[in-house]
Amino acid sequence: MKRKKHPQAAEWYINHSPSPKAQHNAGIHLRNKRDVAVNEVDGFEALRKRASQIKKHTLTHLDRYLEEFEEKALANGIHVHWAVDGAEMNKHVFRILEQHEVPYIVKSKSMLTEECGLNAYLEKQGMEVYDTDLGERIVQLSHEPPSHIVVPAMHKTREEISEIFHRTMDTEAGNLDARYLTLSARKDLRKRFMEAKAAVTGVNFGVAETGTITICTNEGNADLGVNKAPVQIHCMGIEKLIPRQEDLSVFIRLLARSATGQRITTYTSHYQKPRPGSEMHLILVDNGRSEHLGMPDFWESLKCIRCGACMNTCPVFRSGGGHSYGYSVPGPIGSIIAPARNFEEYDDLPFASSLCGSCSAVCPVKIDIHGQLLKWREVIVDHENVEAKKSIPMKWGSRILSRPGLYRFSGKWARKLLGWFPEMGRRAVKDWTRGRELPQPPKESFREWYLKHKKNKP
Amino acid sequence: MKIGLFVPCYIDQFFPSVGKSTLTILENLGYDVGYPLDQTCCGQPMVNSGFVKEGNRVTQNFRKAFEGYDVVVGPSGSCVHHLLDHAHVGHDPGDPKVHELFSFLYEQQNFPPRLKSFPHNVGLHYSCHALRGLNIASPSEIVEPYFSKIQPILDLIPDMKIVPLDNADECCGFGGTFSVFESAVSIDMGQRRVDDHLKHEARYIISMDSSCLMHMEGIARKRGDKVEFLHLADLVANLWP
Ligand code: SF4
Repeated sequence: MKRKKHPQAAEWYINHSPSPKAQHNAGIHLRNKRDVAVNEVDGFEALRKRASQIKKHTLTHLDRYLEEFEEKALANGIHVHWAVDGAEMNKHVFRILEQHEVPYIVKSKSMLTEECGLNAYLEKQGMEVYDTDLGERIVQLSHEPPSHIVVPAMHKTREEISEIFHRTMDTEAGNLDARYLTLSARKDLRKRFMEAKAAVTGVNFGVAETGTITICTNEGNADLGVNKAPVQIHCMGIEKLIPRQEDLSVFIRLLARSATGQRITTYTSHYQKPRPGSEMHLILVDNGRSEHLGMPDFWESLKCIRCGACMNTCPVFRSGGGHSYGYSVPGPIGSIIAPARNFEEYDDLPFASSLCGSCSAVCPVKIDIHGQLLKWREVIVDHENVEAKKSIPMKWGSRILSRPGLYRFSGKWARKLLGWFPEMGRRAVKDWTRGRELPQPPKESFREWYLKHKKNKP
Repeated sequence: MKIGLFVPCYIDQFFPSVGKSTLTILENLGYDVGYPLDQTCCGQPMVNSGFVKEGNRVTQNFRKAFEGYDVVVGPSGSCVHHLLDHAHVGHDPGDPKVHELFSFLYEQQNFPPRLKSFPHNVGLHYSCHALRGLNIASPSEIVEPYFSKIQPILDLIPDMKIVPLDNADECCGFGGTFSVFESAVSIDMGQRRVDDHLKHEARYIISMDSSCLMHMEGIARKRGDKVEFLHLADLVANLWP
């Protein structure tokens, strides 16, 4: 299906979707919980600064840390694989599964596997995939992509979830009890866990000095999979690295607080080596990250620890919904990453922001998110990758506004016609008045008043 | 100190009273104020849409118009934030120091001696650029002791009640050309913002940016909401004894 541009997709969510307020309600709830949790921490702002420094340091020495990480991981008995892109990652996973004649996998939440389309790939090879994160299971059962990176089913109401479960798991129709629904999904997945031959997970942090990985979940589903299945496969983007174990003390304190307002995720698990008699695989994935790292204006967005706080706080995200971005990572940070990976496809996303700056202010690793969005706009315009309906008024506007005489002349008309820039006039007025009245134009401009009343008076 | 009065283009054309009020406040506080007649705009509408070269041309005109002034003061957090942080006016030798009106009064610690009473419920809309761009007050995201540079002025107004809001400093959704190119989102955000004020029974919504007010007022008028919109400069000038 062809991807809709953000304004159209958001318009659909707002005016035609079944529950257009769901993302706002859930998002603002998380943002408010975050505010309470971060205010408990002494020196929270210093912690953010520290996190940013560690990430910047790691990213600017990434080659070195990746080598150290690989060396330590190999010494721990982990099988390490490298994947230059998503296709290669998917092939690695499938090859390992094939070798062990695995009939299906249990998979915990991983935005990287979403990014690389792992589920679709495996299913095409005839392999079944069970997403085990409750939210991700819900979107999997309703054949949708996640609408949020931490809360994949954020756009769903309880009624909708109850209906999906009734349809797919034969739960009681109309039962809206959250506990009942959660337990039903758990029971259904429990037997998959027990018989699973392989578990796939994402990775929150890779620690270079120890060659270990850290996975944070609230449901313990990653642990259930990994500790039961004889084959464990961890897919990790190369930017997830941190140098030392003690750095975790900075990030673990920031992650859950920023994400959901919890002090810490329910499970924070560290995996170092395979259990006796089982295999542990780690796939290190580039998929555009190296190229992104080479972009002087945008590399800092790779500091992201995927907490989702910028989505929760973003009023554009909450209004238009996560699906309106049409990319695996939605919201403000997704709008920087997506064009870094595919400039032509996602050139609308940097414009899907009012540049209010709330994202940059909540980000636990201090990415200048709205600054980078603004920078992307400049790059896109410089590549002439912008529709005429935007560029003509801007060029006209500039011409008028850099010539005082012309400005005064057109200003008079503008007040009459209320088309600020002549070419833009009609269209802009139409879009404006969809839900708003136009300002009532005054008789005279400030300048005209000034000339009459002030100029030449003592 | 000779102050150059900066009246941004949309205020000049659509909200002249805000320009007049700014002039009144500055003159009443004893400043010598000049208004350069060749000023137009700060260049923000272009730059925010990615048209940096075009925007810079407009900023060049700004620089030329205010040549010879050491200090420029204007009643818009948004335009001033653009001039300082994006156009970097103030970096070159010979550039004036540009201020948003209320940040300027705060820096000068120069406030009206007293103001008349305003016995109404007022919702305060901190524009995002004044708040997070110019640091006119502490934004809700940041963990720091609360401060607000407009508090001293608000405290001078007897009987005015500032209503609490559910989301104290959420964006209203104007965002310049965003308001038309993402009109569905912009309108939804604006309705939510106005609703928060209405829910807490604000009779007036006050801001230091006319652009946010124009957007929210447009929404409120379309729906027939009973609430009025005022620039803080207009409020203060009207309450001058
Ligand atoms: S950009 Fe910052 S706030 Fe957004 S998800 Fe990443 S770390 Fe969290």
